[in-house]
Amino acid sequence: MSAVLKNLIEQPYRHGFVTDIEADTAPKGLSEDIIRFISLKKSEPDWLLEFRLKAYRHWLTMKEPAWPNVKYPKIDFQDIIYYSAPKPKAKLASLDEVDPELLRTFEKLGVPVHEQKALAGVAVDVIFDSVSVTTTYKKKLADAGVIFCSMSEAVRDHPDLVKKYLGTVVPHGDNFYAALNSAVFTDGSFCYIPKGVKCPMELSTYFRINTESSGQFERTLIVAEEGAYVSYLEGCTAPKFDTNQLHAAVVELVALDRAEIKYSTVQNWYAGDEEGRGGIYNFVTKRGLCKGAASKISWTQVETGSAITWKYPSCILQGAGSVGEFYSVALTNHRQQADTGTKMIHIGPNTRSRIISKGISAGGSNNSYRGLVQIGPKAENARNYSQCDSMLIGSECGANTFPYIRVQNQTAKVEHEATTSKIGEEQLFYFQSRGIEMEAAVSMIINGFVKDVFTQLPMEFAVEAGRLLGLKLEGSVG
Amino acid sequence: MIRGDAKILLEVRNLSAKVAGVAILKGVSLTVRAGEVHAIMGPNGSGKSTFAKALVGHPAYEITSGEATFEGRNLFELAAEERARAGLFLGFQYPVEIPGVANAQFLRLAYNTIQGARGGDELDPLEFDDFVREKMKLLDIAPSFLERSVNEGFSGGEKKRNEILQLALLEPKLAFLDETDSGLDIDALRIVAAGVNRLVTPANAIVLVTHYQRLLNYIVPDYVHVMDGGRIVKTGGKDLALELESRGYDWVAAEAAAA
Repeated sequence: MSAVLKNLIEQPYRHGFVTDIEADTAPKGLSEDIIRFISLKKSEPDWLLEFRLKAYRHWLTMKEPAWPNVKYPKIDFQDIIYYSAPKPKAKLASLDEVDPELLRTFEKLGVPVHEQKALAGVAVDVIFDSVSVTTTYKKKLADAGVIFCSMSEAVRDHPDLVKKYLGTVVPHGDNFYAALNSAVFTDGSFCYIPKGVKCPMELSTYFRINTESSGQFERTLIVAEEGAYVSYLEGCTAPKFDTNQLHAAVVELVALDRAEIKYSTVQNWYAGDEEGRGGIYNFVTKRGLCKGAASKISWTQVETGSAITWKYPSCILQGAGSVGEFYSVALTNHRQQADTGTKMIHIGPNTRSRIISKGISAGGSNNSYRGLVQIGPKAENARNYSQCDSMLIGSECGANTFPYIRVQNQTAKVEHEATTSKIGEEQLFYFQSRGIEMEAAVSMIINGFVKDVFTQLPMEFAVEAGRLLGLKLEGSVG
Repeated sequence: MIRGDAKILLEVRNLSAKVAGVAILKGVSLTVRAGEVHAIMGPNGSGKSTFAKALVGHPAYEITSGEATFEGRNLFELAAEERARAGLFLGFQYPVEIPGVANAQFLRLAYNTIQGARGGDELDPLEFDDFVREKMKLLDIAPSFLERSVNEGFSGGEKKRNEILQLALLEPKLAFLDETDSGLDIDALRIVAAGVNRLVTPANAIVLVTHYQRLLNYIVPDYVHVMDGGRIVKTGGKDLALELESRGYDWVAAEAAAA
């Protein structure tokens, strides 16, 4: 048991390799020409190019946000590659024609790109740098009426749906990074669950950044019609580079009457080395709109990667009686920084939200929870419960909680609880004095700490996530 | 029970140790054979708890000289968890709280770890549940103990009972019980003492670290040692405890100084 754990813990970042593959790459830098280049590459309709240009022009007027509790050198947005795609050998008709090098990459990462080898019941959209490589189980999903494809395909095959919803939850000028994404997004996943359909399997997107100094700007849009249900999983990795890579995604969710969307993320980008060299800057805008009555959106995230994490998966609770949930485990080690949390915007009456945030800081890292609970004037009987717990491992790290609460309706009930605890020498010794190794002790304490969040994850993800936490805490105690 | 031919479990010679740079133990020697019950008594700050913690491997205690063997193995070459697996146990004076970790889960991990080290059978959660509930009945412990987080929000007496429950589960060869009687009312003391007495066999041994004679009415020691200034200054039989009760510790210290 202990030897196995030790092996696990002493493994370096496993996904840090680079695939040597011929790529179709745009020159570095950002301009209207680059945006036109991307749009042309993807044979997009005019309205989408217009959307991009509008966002770009707006972005030029915006300033990078300075309020997050994170520190990093100024990003040179002209030093980033905004489009990089593995060069297709020819037009692809099936997976058999995908570059075998690419397939091997995902095999190495443990991502099921072949349906016959896939985890039962999970359909996967695989994104490599800027483009979607393949989507599995398309046919089975289509039989149920579910559309699950890359954003590029959706623009081509379902333009009306995309046009109807794109930018409705996160408008093109929403914030600095959302505007940047709107201008240059290259691919992402699109899911559409028609009225009354319970999606027959878990949907999953796997993101991989490969090219050095390329950014990843994917855009995900999930629409659940009346009474529909979908559970969606997102996983990410990137190779190890000494330079930082920018990941600025936008995720939009729309739930109509009685629809439910469950969105889970296990994020394992490269976090940089122990001194903080390299790693992903993860500046992401994720927002769900509970548009219909009694709809529900649930975010679950396990954040272990990234040099810097800056994201607030949020819910706008517009429909009467709609429900928003946010379950988060954010782990930082070494020099990692995280400023993450959620926003619950209560607009409709009888809306409810629940926030469970667990921050774990180790090494010399800094971990902040930042959350907003806003109860609007018409949100009669709105309820919120927030619980923010921090755990410190060692004495070099930091944890902060920044809760913002705005209530404009007297009938609202808002609760906030926060705790901070520390894994101390005495606790570890207590385990050791019963024969238990330190690593097993830490893992048991951490698992106890994150239990409320992990129970929200789909099974396979929960196992993977638990393993990840162990890996990430390598050498942080003792 | 004293048998001169019984196997030596613990042999400590001239042990010195310091905490945060301050010398606490200044040459302690002690031999514990299988089947024996020892009591280490002495005033506050005499080094009793330090002695127990240093032997089980608490990281805050630095061994500066001397040696200790457990069944012939050099204790100081073993990590704390290895000493536990070899059969050492410490019932803590102040058991630490571990929020978020269910007691049942912790107890099972400890049990299976120790069983694994002995080549015994590990128990799955259901088997363990039956097993631990039996043990709890003997110690008059409420079933809710299992669902609660380890020691979290436990009263002083509950924490001590949880230590004795671990003693009963892990069946160590040599157990140090550090001030197990403090914080217990008379009923709880009786139950805990009965639990400990049941665990004493010819094959194992117990070292009670205690301030008061009270506990020794229930658990009768074969040897009573008095510790003062980081040394064992006097050793006697169970009557020594009674004498200490009536006369205090000062005379022992004076006697030792004169010698």
